Parts: sequence; C-alpha cells; structure tokens
Amino acid sequence: MRAYWWKILAILLLAYTLIAGLLFEVPRLPILNETIRALYFHVTMWFGMILMLIFAVIYSTKYLRSNDLKHDDIALEFTNAGLLFGFLGIVTGMLWAKFTWGAYWSGDPKQNGSAIALLIYFAYLILRNSLPDVNQRARIGAVYNIFAFAAFIPLIFILPRLTDSLHPGSGGNPGFNAYDLDSRLRMVFYPAIIGWTLLGAWISTLRVRHKRLERKFEDKLINQL
Amino acid sequence: MKKWMVVFLLFISLQAMSQEKIEITTDDYQNSSVEMADLMRSEGKIYVLVGIIGIVLGGILVYVMHTDRKISKLEKKFED
Repeated sequence: MRAYWWKILAILLLAYTLIAGLLFEVPRLPILNETIRALYFHVTMWFGMILMLIFAVIYSTKYLRSNDLKHDDIALEFTNAGLLFGFLGIVTGMLWAKFTWGAYWSGDPKQNGSAIALLIYFAYLILRNSLPDVNQRARIGAVYNIFAFAAFIPLIFILPRLTDSLHPGSGGNPGFNAYDLDSRLRMVFYPAIIGWTLLGAWISTLRVRHKRLERKFEDKLINQL
Repeated sequence: MKKWMVVFLLFISLQAMSQEKIEITTDDYQNSSVEMADLMRSEGKIYVLVGIIGIVLGGILVYVMHTDRKISKLEKKFED
C-alpha cells in the first residue's frame, strides 16, 4: 500500500494513452474511420476488467484458505472496480456499435455474453448484501465469485468464437489477426491496458483501505464498550 | 530503339514501384479514399480536444490522489 510508483506509472500511461490515442497515426479503414481509436478506450476497459476479476478470484480462493477478511475485502473491491469497467465497456461498446454496426444492440454473441456475465456479477453483489453475517457473507461470496468467474470466461471468450460474431477474432479466428491490430496500434494499446488496469487497481485499493479503517473503527468501538 | 527500351523499362519499374506502393497503401495508413478527420487535424483543433479530455482526466486523477492522501492520514491516525 505504501509503494506509490505504480500510481505515477498509471498517471503517465493514461496521459500517454490520451495523447497518443488521439494524435498518433491509425490505419485508415472504411466504416471504422477515426472511431478505430475507441480501441484504446473501449477494448481496454474489458482487458482491465478481466485482469481485475482474475485478481479478485485469486483473493477469493485465498480467503477460502485463510478465512482472513482482508482477502475478502480485496476480492470484493476488485470485483466492484472490474464491474465499473465492464459497465463502461458495454456502454461505450453500444455507442461504438451504433455508428459502425448500425445499431446499439445487434444481439451479437459477444454483446449478449458480456451482458449475461455482467448480470451474473451483479447477482454476486446482491447475494453478498443479502447476508447479514460478515463471515458468512465473505464465505458464500468467495464461492460464488469463483463460480461467476468460471461462467464469465466461456461467456465472453469461448462461446462468441463458436459462432459468427461482429466482434473481431470471432467465427473460428481466435485472437487478433493482422487486420485488427498491427504493431503501431499495439504501441498504444498495450500501455493503455496497463494504464487503465492500474487506475482500477488504485481505486480498488483505496476502497480496500477504507474498508479496513472502517473495520478497525468498529473493533475499537466494540472494545470500548 | 534504345530510347524506347528505357521508356519500357521505366514503365515496368514504375509499375513495380506502384505495386509496392499499393502494398503499403493496403497497409491502410495512406489510404486517403477513406475519410478521416484530416481537416480537423490540419486546423489543429484536435489539440483542443486533447486538452479538454486531458483536463477532465487530470481532474479525476487529482481527486483520486487527494482521496488517497486522506485515507493515508486516517491510517496514520489509527496507528497512533
């Protein structure tokens, strides 16, 4: 928590993302035109979300092994920030889709998959809040989180690839092919992923620290009584 | 005869060059038939946009930094 170099890195990478993302040369492709730059802002949301959710799952399993509530806090807050990114990802995706695919929602397998995945994760938050006991909440939450992640990966990565999708990398063509990404786009794309993810991690750790303080405060009050 | 030969060779080489150029243009960076915001860029208005989004992003980051500092202070208070 005391190390802050990565926060500076986050700021620098986000500044680079903004400047390079708007100013650097991009391939001139029909239909996409300038909107190809959304790659640095829309697609990176999903990458950031996935990285944060992986982190959350790791801490959920850690909680189940240790029963340490600190681990549960980390799992919860990283999921929260991941969901924020996912929500932004789906909204930006809809806006982008309106002007490139012609409709906000075209029932694309990846759109549907990510919407279902988000709903599964919203259920995670509701499930947690419906349990009054802290330890029970953490335990059931951790188990649910692992299952949610296990459902999330096929919904967003595997199922869309089994059918035709408007998204690149689908329809039996896994990953990014040459048409989608070249070295010049990657030069901004990868730093952007790291930058956004670090920002998400920053916000998550702030909320984790806030939670720990709250718990300490409660303990103090109880001890005073 | 020699002159025609030169013209012929030049023509071939030009075509070869243009083919190379087509290969580069299929690289899609010089494909000017696709409309981009070239006018906006040439007028320099793109920098206005970079500035505005930069200010918004900067403001949010400053806010996050302040929150970070506030929480750090509280943590110190609790440790004492």
